[in-house]
Amino acid sequence: MTDWEADALLKAYRRMKTIREFEERLHLEIQKGQIAGFTHLYSGQEAVAVGVCEHLADDDYIVSTHRGHGHCIAKGCDVIGMMKEIFGRADGLCKGKGGSMHIADFDKGMLGANAIVGGGPPIAVGAAIATRNAGEGKVTVSFGGDGSCNQGTVFEAMNLAVVLRLPTVFVFEDNGYSEHTGVSYAVGSKDIASRSAGFGMAAERVDGDDFFAVYEGMARAVERARKGEGPSALECTTTRFFGHFEGDPQNYRAKDEVERHRAERDCLKNFVAHVTAEGWLETGELEAVDAEVLALIDDAVGQAQASPPPDASSLTTDVYVSY
Amino acid sequence: MTETTFRQALNDALFEEMRRDERVIILGEDVSGGAGGSSGERDASGGIFGVSKGLIFEFGEQRVIDTPISESAIVGAGAGAALAGLRPISEIMFADFVGVCMDQIYNQAAKFRYMFGGKSTCPLVIRTAMGAGMNMGAQHSQTIYPILTGVPGLKIVVPSNAADAKGLLKTAIRDDDPVVFFEHKALYNRKAEVPDGEHLVPFGEAAMPREGDDCTVVAIGRMVLFAEKAIDGLAEQGISCDLIDPRTLSPLDTETIFESLEHTGRLVVVDESPPRCSVASDIAGIVASEAFDALKAPIKLVTAPHAPVPFARELERAYMPGPGDIANAIRELARG
Repeated sequence: MTDWEADALLKAYRRMKTIREFEERLHLEIQKGQIAGFTHLYSGQEAVAVGVCEHLADDDYIVSTHRGHGHCIAKGCDVIGMMKEIFGRADGLCKGKGGSMHIADFDKGMLGANAIVGGGPPIAVGAAIATRNAGEGKVTVSFGGDGSCNQGTVFEAMNLAVVLRLPTVFVFEDNGYSEHTGVSYAVGSKDIASRSAGFGMAAERVDGDDFFAVYEGMARAVERARKGEGPSALECTTTRFFGHFEGDPQNYRAKDEVERHRAERDCLKNFVAHVTAEGWLETGELEAVDAEVLALIDDAVGQAQASPPPDASSLTTDVYVSY
Repeated sequence: MTETTFRQALNDALFEEMRRDERVIILGEDVSGGAGGSSGERDASGGIFGVSKGLIFEFGEQRVIDTPISESAIVGAGAGAALAGLRPISEIMFADFVGVCMDQIYNQAAKFRYMFGGKSTCPLVIRTAMGAGMNMGAQHSQTIYPILTGVPGLKIVVPSNAADAKGLLKTAIRDDDPVVFFEHKALYNRKAEVPDGEHLVPFGEAAMPREGDDCTVVAIGRMVLFAEKAIDGLAEQGISCDLIDPRTLSPLDTETIFESLEHTGRLVVVDESPPRCSVASDIAGIVASEAFDALKAPIKLVTAPHAPVPFARELERAYMPGPGDIANAIRELARG
């Protein structure tokens, strides 16, 4: 088990809280009509992104999903640049050309969110080939949901990673639903870890509502990867506090399910209870982080609202390096 | 100049570029071959058509990567390695297999740079064998490039001879954008003079292997050879043509086509693909909308029919446009 120091715990908490407040605020801004398009919120799953990414440096890579804001923040992407991107602004992280589902930040080793379920894992395998060839002991994490575990591209990527013994960690976030269809229906093997093990890699299932369980599981996977012992899979069972996308009426969920999960399965509440019970952090320290995060999100929204939209002249730039 | 086969010219390009830049890797099915086989022989294939023969002995397993039969992983891993700083060549054994990895080509590699606001480059080359004429049936004989030429973010290369094959592949490997490189299977054994030493052919510059006055013929890939045959046969009938080989379909050198039409006024486009939504129909459309005043007659397309590629020799011969079809089209236009 990890010996925790207050600074490390506060950093993890700050990232989880930033994700939560970022997403809860987006939910409001979308309802106000401030944001166009299709947005998939990560609230409820924060312990997974942060528990995983706390093991990574800027030059380790991640590949993310349509529900990617949490992964971006956990990997250290600029929150204000992200907010501007989601608002579709010229000075967003991707100049307003990507939007919520296509945020990337190469300085932070964030190789891109991906709006195609199962699109990312082959890309993660390629990044792992690059770091393996460089001999740097770097790790690439492929984030995916439970839905992605049924895509053929993911099978191909997992098998290739085993065949080439690559430093890849396949993180599966089982939030109970593949879009609008329950995991109990859609995943034939019922659990993703055992299926992953069938590809010949180490795999385990952890409680994704518990930051510490994710962190310890990831510690084992990262160690294997950095030592050249090949890929691993980490299945994290969790829940999402919103629909598949914003505007999803969620008719497939029991009326009280989200309310119940917010009360009983909130990974932030679990974290606070754990660190205060252990005496690792004081309530006051956590509240100070809360205030800091709320101010950051307010600032991000304010700056995004004030930023200009992209100029029409950028419509056909960045299609090619040269053409 | 050295007389070299199309296959050897490609192999030479791979050796030269992998020696020049250690970031260049190649991955695909049987690119070396023999891994896990009972003979213990490595490089048992060197690629199904022998294009990557010998690479593994010089560059090793980290740069010459035999993969499982997993086209999405082959292209996706190439795209991801490109994002992470390598210059990968992903080989898709037959162009027809693009169908099982289309997402990684047109949604991923092609769009990274745009979606990410210009912050990334994806210097990926997808090499693939295409084309009919070898009785390989409907799923191993298509050209496929019509599907990909319209995708923004991709560059499309279709060489017609060994010299261009070498020069264009070297350019593709050095290019910072994703390139799909189509190799016609019926050309692999064909020899041509290839310049000695460093030989690079730029993208977006057509070649003109024949020059004449009566008609402009634009032909793609293997069809360039058939068009040469047709045009040479028409010389004794007093008909001469400009023959334009675009070499790259994206970017497309429309200037050379427009300039030729200014003195010929007549256009034949020859393409081994079916006619609808094809590169032939695209070139005809561009000329009709941008160079209509230069035309003295309707544009003629010589293409395969709107049908899959058949198996039987007789049917496949009927499917492929031939020198006779091309000569007939030119004659009708030139005399019309």
